[in-house]
Amino acid sequence: MSKEKINIIHSRFVPLNMENVDTDQIIPARFLKATTREGFGNNLFRDWRYENDDVSKPKAGFVLNESKFSGEILVAAKNFGCGSSREHAAWALHDYGFKAVVSSFFADIFKNNALNNGVLPVTVSENFLQSIFALNENESLLIDLEKQQISIPSSGLSESFDINAYKKNCLLNGYDDIDYLISIKEDIIQHENSLK
Amino acid sequence: MGKTLFDKIWEKHIVKQIDNGPAVLYIDRHFIHEVTSPQAFNGLDKRGVKVFRPQQTIATADHNVPTLNQQLPIKDLLSRQQVDALIQNCSNHGIELYGLGHPNQGIVHVIGPELGITQPGMTIVCGDSHTSTHGAFGNIAFGIGTSEVEMVLATQCLLQSKPKLMRITIDGTLQKGVVSKDIVLYILSKISSSGATGHAIEFAGSAIRNLSMEARMTICNMSIEMGGRCGLIAPDEVTFEYMKDKPFAPKHTYWEKALAEWKKLFSDEDAVFDKEIHINAAEIPPMITYGTNPGMGIGINENIPTVESVSETDKKGLTASLEYMGLNAGLPIKGKKIDYVFIGSCTNSRIEDLRLVADFVKGKQKAQNVEVWIVPGSKQVEKQAIHEGLDKIFEASGFHLRQPGCSACLGMNEDKIPAGKYCISTSNRNFEGRQGAGARTLLASPLTAAAAAISGEVMDVRDLL
Ligand code: SF4
Repeated sequence: MSKEKINIIHSRFVPLNMENVDTDQIIPARFLKATTREGFGNNLFRDWRYENDDVSKPKAGFVLNESKFSGEILVAAKNFGCGSSREHAAWALHDYGFKAVVSSFFADIFKNNALNNGVLPVTVSENFLQSIFALNENESLLIDLEKQQISIPSSGLSESFDINAYKKNCLLNGYDDIDYLISIKEDIIQHENSLK
Repeated sequence: MGKTLFDKIWEKHIVKQIDNGPAVLYIDRHFIHEVTSPQAFNGLDKRGVKVFRPQQTIATADHNVPTLNQQLPIKDLLSRQQVDALIQNCSNHGIELYGLGHPNQGIVHVIGPELGITQPGMTIVCGDSHTSTHGAFGNIAFGIGTSEVEMVLATQCLLQSKPKLMRITIDGTLQKGVVSKDIVLYILSKISSSGATGHAIEFAGSAIRNLSMEARMTICNMSIEMGGRCGLIAPDEVTFEYMKDKPFAPKHTYWEKALAEWKKLFSDEDAVFDKEIHINAAEIPPMITYGTNPGMGIGINENIPTVESVSETDKKGLTASLEYMGLNAGLPIKGKKIDYVFIGSCTNSRIEDLRLVADFVKGKQKAQNVEVWIVPGSKQVEKQAIHEGLDKIFEASGFHLRQPGCSACLGMNEDKIPAGKYCISTSNRNFEGRQGAGARTLLASPLTAAAAAISGEVMDVRDLL
């Protein structure tokens, strides 16, 4: 099954200047009871977004509720996505409309889950992250996956980021890991036989 | 150069190394549960693919299940639908399910080891971050996302990049009243909740060797709280003794053969780690957390840090945490009144944990102001506890032994801590809202939790021993 392709993301951003944002915050456990992947965006950051779990009462001051912020890029402080392995966190971010998350540090499992769901995790230096947080809300970020570069168009400031070559190729072309693994089934069977 | 324990297992499981990319890693055992598997089965069905090696996947229902009256239909409609979907998916694909009512049912990380399905030298995965628990037997065990669950179901393989390696060596003798949960909370307080990100952690040293398998599992369980990809401990006589009579352990000549292989599982003397940490066991006090990530822990007699005392980048986090927790910077945590005590979760719900608690509370009475939930990790633990009469000891002290499941560890079932209430919990996460919206969690050992159940407040268990 082919997946959505990712290359250039040029957009405004939502600054979530908090460290250690864990997956229980991204999507609280009580919303994990679905058996499909759809609709998680409504519950993204649910308990930070609403007073007493009441969708008619958005909490003032939370970035997703502030109309001055918008865009396809979420920018968060270090250790984003720690905690539970729930892929629902990546589904919620994607469903809400984020195509990339920028941070100075990602938890391992979250990073994999994001990559598997069309959300690009971009790791930047602490300095670069601080220059993003210092920007005015109308500015934008430009992420170029092919070049592995993130830049701030208004100042020309840019930084390169790491991504595993295999994953990059998958994202650029919309390839799917499972298709690949199924295609090498003979190798897998051979490996099993070699252990017998 | 010698090899680490991790290297030895990893290399044996590589089907193929992609140039400039991840390895195709073969998976020996795959555990699934109701919450992170339904979308993976949907994916398979959409592709028209069958499960490749159904005998290597084992399922249980744990996250969502009630811990009272398990014989009745699950009241919550969505929870029931998830459990039903698991039953249906397992039956469609020929997967063994230890569902509600089955004598092997329980928290996925408790049943694997106690049934002997978890063995040294294996690769083990589950759509749950605390899969690291199984590493206590000397294997590579880690949590995966649902897309990866689908990969394993379809091909018994995963695409994985090799993590860096870190060794934490703990030598010396533990103080009285200090148990393995304190060791791991202590390490967390030193290296923080991101201190091991990108690393596989090997736990070593005399203090680890002297621990039981249950206690080792508690430590590996919380490797993920340090950001570690997995945690592992080289198998030894303690491991083999534990494994020996387990239902799914190899038998007869197979046992001898397996044992010979398992004895090769250790890090060579000259193996090199990317990072090494040394800890003196004698320095570790009973620990407790005060904040909203598991790295925010202190010794029971210490004061909560002041905002001035922490680094610039941590100031904001500390202030927000303390506000959520309703606690004051710079003040002692000892003496804090608590409302709930939760003894359970894949960190501390094994028979040894329940014995420790029973032994401590025997002949003592629960404090008036607390509600205590003791939730065994599995049907087997429950059965053993009843067999040993621990349930009677709990009853006499005013506690109640419930039925197995994840329960208040993540509050997906009815077992939620009300907003604003304090819960001293033997689980592994104290994130905001983890045990229920607005719930305030203090992580501690089963002993420290039991002491709080008796006194109604945070106290130093050593004063009661
Ligand atoms: S007990 Fe808690 S941490 Fe363990 S598997 Fe269940 S929800 Fe996860």
